[in-house]
Amino acid sequence: MSQITNILVCGVGGQGVMTATEILAEAAISLGFDVKKTEVAGMSQRGGVVTSHLRFGRVVLSPQIVPGEADLLIGFESAEALRWSHMLRPGGIALVNAGRIVPPVVNLGLFDYPEDPVARMRALGLAVHAFDATSLALELGNIRLGNTVMLGACADRLPFPAEVLRDAVLARFGARKPQLVEANREAFEAGRRAVAGEAKAA
Amino acid sequence: MPATQPVPAAARLFLSGNDAVARAVWEAGTRVAAAYPGTPSTEILEVLARYPDLYTEWSVNEKVALEVALGASMVGARAFCAMKHVGLNVASDALMTITVTGTEGGLVIAVADDVGMSSSQNEQDSRYWGRFAHVLVLEPADSQEAYAMTLAAFDLSERLKSPVILRLTTRICHVKGVVQTGGRSEHEPAGFVKDPRHWVMVPGNAKPRLPSVFQRETAARAEAEASPLNFRIDGSDRRIGFVTSGPTFMHVRDAFPDAPVFKLGLSCPPPLESLRAFAATVDTVLVVEETEPLLETEMKAAGIACHGKDVLPRIGELAPDVLEPAVRRLRGEAVPEPEHVPPQQVFPRPPTMCVACPHLGVYYTLSQMRNVLIAGDIGCYTLGAGHPWNALDSCISMGASMGTALGMDKGRGKVDENKKVVAVIGDSTFMHMGMQGLLDITWNRGNVTVLLLDNRAVGMTGGQDNPGTGRDIHGEETQRVDFARLCEALGVKKERIRVVDPYQLPVLFKALREETKIEEPSVIITNRPCVLIDHYEPAKSYLVEEDRCTGCGNCVEVGCPAIHVTRRDKEVKASGKEVDLSFVRIETSACTGCGLCVQPCAPKAIVHAQPVQSIQSVQFVRK
Repeated sequence: MSQITNILVCGVGGQGVMTATEILAEAAISLGFDVKKTEVAGMSQRGGVVTSHLRFGRVVLSPQIVPGEADLLIGFESAEALRWSHMLRPGGIALVNAGRIVPPVVNLGLFDYPEDPVARMRALGLAVHAFDATSLALELGNIRLGNTVMLGACADRLPFPAEVLRDAVLARFGARKPQLVEANREAFEAGRRAVAGEAKAA
Repeated sequence: MPATQPVPAAARLFLSGNDAVARAVWEAGTRVAAAYPGTPSTEILEVLARYPDLYTEWSVNEKVALEVALGASMVGARAFCAMKHVGLNVASDALMTITVTGTEGGLVIAVADDVGMSSSQNEQDSRYWGRFAHVLVLEPADSQEAYAMTLAAFDLSERLKSPVILRLTTRICHVKGVVQTGGRSEHEPAGFVKDPRHWVMVPGNAKPRLPSVFQRETAARAEAEASPLNFRIDGSDRRIGFVTSGPTFMHVRDAFPDAPVFKLGLSCPPPLESLRAFAATVDTVLVVEETEPLLETEMKAAGIACHGKDVLPRIGELAPDVLEPAVRRLRGEAVPEPEHVPPQQVFPRPPTMCVACPHLGVYYTLSQMRNVLIAGDIGCYTLGAGHPWNALDSCISMGASMGTALGMDKGRGKVDENKKVVAVIGDSTFMHMGMQGLLDITWNRGNVTVLLLDNRAVGMTGGQDNPGTGRDIHGEETQRVDFARLCEALGVKKERIRVVDPYQLPVLFKALREETKIEEPSVIITNRPCVLIDHYEPAKSYLVEEDRCTGCGNCVEVGCPAIHVTRRDKEVKASGKEVDLSFVRIETSACTGCGLCVQPCAPKAIVHAQPVQSIQSVQFVRK
């Protein structure tokens, strides 16, 4: 099992969690790894919780990551990253979008949004890289670049060169619209720069 | 979605279980494939529809889908139908007779069980239908096996002249893995052979056929003992030998790589003699199956000692994190505390209706009404049971709102006699199973107001077409049902059928109040399309003028996810009463300008925003 890389991507329905995981999978496949990918989605495409499990290695059997065995947690939304913190293995790394998506149940005053989810994660002793990927994407001109920003952020934490992932991103979006290639290249590098250096644990 | 794509030749592809099944159905030379969309099985037909050279359709329900497949099989064609677990309950009436007629062209029924219940009203084990109908059940463990077993299922079906159930679970359907595929082979139908004793199931013809069901089962048993789909892996640690079927095989191999495993691919009828031989090679046998202790019971009845649900959960998936502590307990070992951080408590994030969903207005209106009993149904509009509307009192199964409402009407006593009975149903659901219920309401003079929410889509499963959309599975134009005339034909008086724009709250409210007052069956049809389908056109978005917002919170009650509370406050009225205030903001980039929130806004603080450019909708992007 130790030969397998486990990546958990989490966020809110509609953010592009599944697409981002698919691109990570394509990068791993291009290198000849055995790959399995699965979602816990169900009705969650309607603004609910989405998690996507990605496992790759020589041979992958179960598609599911066991709690405490994720090498990398990619949180597209702060509170969701906190919700899935227990999936990280000791020594694993969390990459978190500090942006927030507040659900109707919080707007109705039925529940509270946690004050500082990233601080809570750090207080648990987790290594967290956090930055506002949503704002970064907006600065680059389109909020939908957010998932490329997040992929850029994880690119130097993978057991293969960052360029392999970058090429998978560009191939994916370039196939849809060639004019998206440059914007995604910028977004990818912006994400990469945003987390260069420190991972703050408590 | 519907456009025909070029089909890749034999290749290593990254496919979900659903993709893999579709690929194999096409490769098997199948001519006819039918389904009603249902998570987690939906994508099989969506993918199949893209392949050339076979007929695909969305059927109005699973029973019809199975009947269409049977008809094709009768003329000798290879045929396929797909459904989710609860769909097989609907199709079961046909299934229980198809088991008697048997089949000609290979007939494969893919049934996807929602183990873990990601989006269903129950968790049921469809393998029981295999036992009940005496048909073979195949259980793949991942995408590659889903592909291979689909091909094997057609061969088995033709060899044994029986339908074959391909039992999938969410963890097969929605897991992607690497699959080696091949090319399509042709299967020219042999043609229909007129033989009433075979195909006309009146008692005189059916009775003589019954022994064939059991002869077939005997043959299938021999098939299962010899099948390469059932195999064993000898491990070095013989303390516990696992018997597995479906995806649990992968979980067991992952968690206990050194343990002996018997893997069942053809699990009905079970190869009991092979299992007995396996049991003799290990100290203890543990049956790992999702979800019911079905094999376990069969093995015990055959005198094979084993453990199963005495140590494993009866519900949910049996992933490695569930298996490991259970096996430790069985071995009498201590279960260690996990080293990772414990699960964190965070607010729930239930699915919501989309920004501008036409159902928002309906549920907002229902939530404003007092003294109503509301029978709900299956679909997106089931979300009306949640906050802020809390506007559903029941939800049972597809189409059940009609009968349930009639039962509430007829059964209510003094406590409820002043309440109005309302049934809520969607367009596709109505045609799937609701029509018969409405006929029962009119025939038996029920006092029920039916809200028929026509959003021109099977919304919950991703906006597939149905007879109310005027398009088929390929998106091509076809006849379109006129719901008002259909309801009239089912016995609702013409003047009791209204078509209402669900975005016009006062009109909707008035119609509901009037129709619930009148003591006879009535139908209110809403007529705005789902916001996720391709032809939806957003209008100019709105914003909140902050200085005019009084914090009344009426707009929040509409339940649109684009409305956010920016600040809360309390106000003490002259009467001394304390009132909670919620000041709001509209996520302008997500707003599609439906205008619902504008209507209850007392201070008229919600106005059109300047045209927003570039960034269309944030987290609620149309698919």
